[in-house]
Amino acid sequence: MGISTDRIQQVLQSSQVQLLADWVKTLRTVGARRVGGAISDAELQGQCQEFITLLATAAAGASFDDISEDRWQPVREFLASVSRSRGRQGFSPSETATFVMSFKEPLFATLRRAFEGQDGGGLLAEVWEVCRMLDRLALYTTEVHQDAREEVIRRQGEEMLELSTPVIQLWDGILAMPLIGTLDSARTQVVMESLLQQIVATRSPIAILDITGVPTVDTLTAQHLLKTVAATRLMGAECIISGIRPQIAQTIVHLGVSLGDIVTKASLADAFRLALKKLGQTTAAS
Amino acid sequence: MTAMDRIPILRMGRTLLVTVQVDMHDQLAVRLLDDLTSMITRTRARGVVIDISALDMVDSFIGRMIADIAATSRILDAQTVVVGMQPAVAITLVELGMALPGVRTALDVERGMEMLDDAGDR
Repeated sequence: MGISTDRIQQVLQSSQVQLLADWVKTLRTVGARRVGGAISDAELQGQCQEFITLLATAAAGASFDDISEDRWQPVREFLASVSRSRGRQGFSPSETATFVMSFKEPLFATLRRAFEGQDGGGLLAEVWEVCRMLDRLALYTTEVHQDAREEVIRRQGEEMLELSTPVIQLWDGILAMPLIGTLDSARTQVVMESLLQQIVATRSPIAILDITGVPTVDTLTAQHLLKTVAATRLMGAECIISGIRPQIAQTIVHLGVSLGDIVTKASLADAFRLALKKLGQTTAAS
Repeated sequence: MTAMDRIPILRMGRTLLVTVQVDMHDQLAVRLLDDLTSMITRTRARGVVIDISALDMVDSFIGRMIADIAATSRILDAQTVVVGMQPAVAITLVELGMALPGVRTALDVERGMEMLDDAGDR
């Protein structure tokens, strides 16, 4: 701990009521529009109160330099919950950070009142320390906000993965899987597995992979499609690929990917017609 | 040698039915190839149906044995159909680069039998 922060601690311990009143007033004037709208007076008062109490406890004896220390744990947890709840209410990260930083004004005002005329240089050093500490706490709320947002994005990605791979039973013995969106390795794995599972579950000898909604096909995607078709064949079913758009057909040829003896049809309707014909032949012959 | 050491081969008319009900280890697969080929010649079977629906794990050796069994049977003039492969097994074989070209497949024993009957008609 480089610089003594006794006076800050003293003020934080003794003038909590005064600080709270000043701070709430500052918040009202700084962010009157937002704060007044989304957060009730009582809630704001409660949040400020809790922050000051936790800060006073943590600041007593702890270093201001490193807010990742254990002593700062309650403050961090409190700020994290504030950041998350404000994020949900539609606050921007900078608005949440401003909430923390606005505490400087009442704190410095109180400090000035308490130590007017004594050791100006020392006080300035202390103010600098507490200023840095509050900045770090403010940045921490931004990080939490970011993390929460990334969590949401990740969850939505997973949900999209599940939503975007439905297997439809078109007819007795005919399955169709319309693929929409870019096919990457992770998605193709899901596609392959759910299609094969459904083939077993419904005992369907024909599956149609419709790629009308796939925007581009690269070598990797083509490889994945080939693998899916090969696996389907190994299980004793047949796979038809439909909905290959002209550009994609050109790309496949340019890439030099050979689709081998895979049956391809221009549209799902054509594939379905072929599937019905194949089934008809089978039933007629047996 | 106990009964567990070999996979039973059932005869149904001119078709042989092999159902793999246990974990296929290498020895078992080699013995199956021996048993099956001698059985084909002895019974003059025209078709072989290998049901691997109970097999939930394969390695490259077993994959090759399946291909070998099919190829050998074909030389002995018996059509071979592998039926009931599990999705996980199919994915594994494809990832191993063993798509078993030339091996005929069907969803279940019933369809496998139908397939052999169709081939016999021609």
